[in-house]
Amino acid sequence: MIRHLTLSAAAALALSASPVLAAGAESEVEDFAFSFEGPFGSFDQNQLQRGLKIYTEICSACHGLELVAFRNLHDEGGPHLPEDQMRAYAEQYEVFDQALFDGEGDFRPATPADKFPGSALSNAPDLSLMAKARAGFHGPYGTGLAQLFKGMGGAEYIASLMTGYHEEPECALEMDPPMEGYYNVAFAAGGFPETCIDDHGKHKVPGSWISMAPPLWGEDVDFDDGHSNSLEHEAEDIAAFLMWTAEPKLVARKQAGLTGVIFLTLLSVLLYLTNKKLWAPHKHKDE
Amino acid sequence: MGGIPHDHYEPKTGGEKWLHKRLPVVSLIYDTLMIPTPKNLNWMWIWGIVLAFTLVLQIVTGIVLVMHYTPHVDLAFTSVEHIMRDVNGGAMIRYFHMNGASLFFVAVYAHMFRGLYYGSYKAPREVTWIIGMLMYLIMMGTAFMGYVLPWGQMSFHGTAVITGLFGAIPFVGESIQTWLLGAGAVGQPALNRFFSLHYLLPFVLLGLTMVHIWAFHTTGNNNPTGVEVRRGSKEEAQKDTLPFWPYFVIKDLFALAVILVVFTAVVGFMPNYLGHPDNYIPANPLATPAHIVPEWYFLPFYAILRAFTADVWVVQIVNFLSFGIIDAKFFGVLAMFGAIAVMALAPWLDTSRVRSGRYRPMFKWWFALLVIDFIVLMWVGARPAEFPYDWISLIASTYWFAYFLVILPLLGVIEKPLPQPATIEDDFNAHYPAKADGKASAAPAE
Repeated sequence: MIRHLTLSAAAALALSASPVLAAGAESEVEDFAFSFEGPFGSFDQNQLQRGLKIYTEICSACHGLELVAFRNLHDEGGPHLPEDQMRAYAEQYEVFDQALFDGEGDFRPATPADKFPGSALSNAPDLSLMAKARAGFHGPYGTGLAQLFKGMGGAEYIASLMTGYHEEPECALEMDPPMEGYYNVAFAAGGFPETCIDDHGKHKVPGSWISMAPPLWGEDVDFDDGHSNSLEHEAEDIAAFLMWTAEPKLVARKQAGLTGVIFLTLLSVLLYLTNKKLWAPHKHKDE
Repeated sequence: MGGIPHDHYEPKTGGEKWLHKRLPVVSLIYDTLMIPTPKNLNWMWIWGIVLAFTLVLQIVTGIVLVMHYTPHVDLAFTSVEHIMRDVNGGAMIRYFHMNGASLFFVAVYAHMFRGLYYGSYKAPREVTWIIGMLMYLIMMGTAFMGYVLPWGQMSFHGTAVITGLFGAIPFVGESIQTWLLGAGAVGQPALNRFFSLHYLLPFVLLGLTMVHIWAFHTTGNNNPTGVEVRRGSKEEAQKDTLPFWPYFVIKDLFALAVILVVFTAVVGFMPNYLGHPDNYIPANPLATPAHIVPEWYFLPFYAILRAFTADVWVVQIVNFLSFGIIDAKFFGVLAMFGAIAVMALAPWLDTSRVRSGRYRPMFKWWFALLVIDFIVLMWVGARPAEFPYDWISLIASTYWFAYFLVILPLLGVIEKPLPQPATIEDDFNAHYPAKADGKASAAPAE
């Protein structure tokens, strides 16, 4: 939101040459100010619940979340749905249970111990780890400084992807047959029209063509908390929710890290003083 | 423990004498802990303790991870996620283990470059150096095989690339690659054997650590001046040294605590910073990642591997002279292993009789350039193989070899070294001059 950052992504190596991707593919990933960034950051419970609603009403039509259990929705540091709501939410889903009907198996309503179903479409990837499985933070020039100083990560990538659908650039209109899929400035791993590549092999426009149709347009979901449902806000909410599914222990981890840093700093000071006292008789001694 | 004369353990009570006659274990511990250590050691001598700590950290966290991990191509990825999501403290244990590898390599590179600057590899410490290089090789193998275990995209395709290096060996390469993988391609046999070796090799490292310590306890530590401890008598030696316990144990523990503050911050606040996002995608043999990059600690040597392409004239000459047996790919593999081999040969390539870089005015600058070269190689190793990165990596790789094969041998002949202090005691006292006020110090009698 604040600044654009151009990331050189996906440049084919000699060892892994992939003809679809020419060197110099670039994508535009924007920096968002998420609540979970920084050493003291934590998830915004309301935002995660809004993200869950977007996931349920839109994403889950095609995508899965098979590493996340329904019980996790009740976790503190996560969406923290009340237990009865979490159980009611799980019951909306049907799962196949091999143990029913004397081993023949049957469908039954999901329980908190069950996991979200997998993807419904074979070309729709599972979203559980998407926020950690996508780059968007190793720039500029592979130094990783954008991640270090701006907290940019996969969540930024997801939000940028949601808002990154644009009209096809003019150079792509010359293609015959026309490009399949949708032009997205944040997506680097898709097809790219030859007519948009200059003589030096560089791409004239950022991004590439993605096969997923724009999933969010703005005002797709109504939130119970009255929060804005503009495209940009929805993109942020779903990105935050997917960051939680990828890293459900984030809040606990940061707390543990902080405790560790404080205690080890204290230990360092004590050892420094011990060391100083120990060595003092041997340093600057009188001849 | 030979070398520097010092006090030895004397069993006093009846029980101590009884045990000492049967197993002199207390004596061994005493001699190891009380070893006379040059008192002028600086802060670059703390990395050994950091490495020992990290090895134990990796073994302990690793053993816990194994309790929950499943080495099967269909289950490995989800079992790691099970650790991350369902095991109590699993996310922290796994992140400590994952970033522990990075801590290990930060420490080992600091340790190695310290040795290279202060001439710790020179006689009589060549064996210590060689064992160290062997440990470094085993560390790299262990780290690589550990990276395979989560069975993500980088695990899978990285394995294909790295074992493919052995495939570049003329005539027998393909058989060696098949033998390493246990199959014609990366799959279940490779995962199983890498898991087995990843568990075994740290214990080999533990054994070699003891041999490494044994070796330098025999010769005595090097020190920033490179001047040896006086060994004429116990009194003389005591002027140059202090016992390892408590002086260096406390000093090293302080340094370790400071390093662990940074390490804990990385694990707690940005545990995936040093990793590659593609490894959070389950392995898929049919989809090759656009950009296969090894972990940061392999990048300098990965850059050397890629630097020598078929259009480099050295490669073309070698290719012609070897009747095409050594092609660009095999040349790259030889260069990569050669880059480590020349480092191992440093004791015999360095002709200077002065040990420490502190008293070598020309060496200092070439060494500084080597450190910069290493960092440049690390950066360029992660960049795409295109202009200008191809040229940068070729120049940087050339300097790496030039440093060991040309500069080190020549410097010993043409360089005029600066005067060295006569003793370690002189160096230490010059650093900590006596107080002017003449107040009595609380030093224990020496």
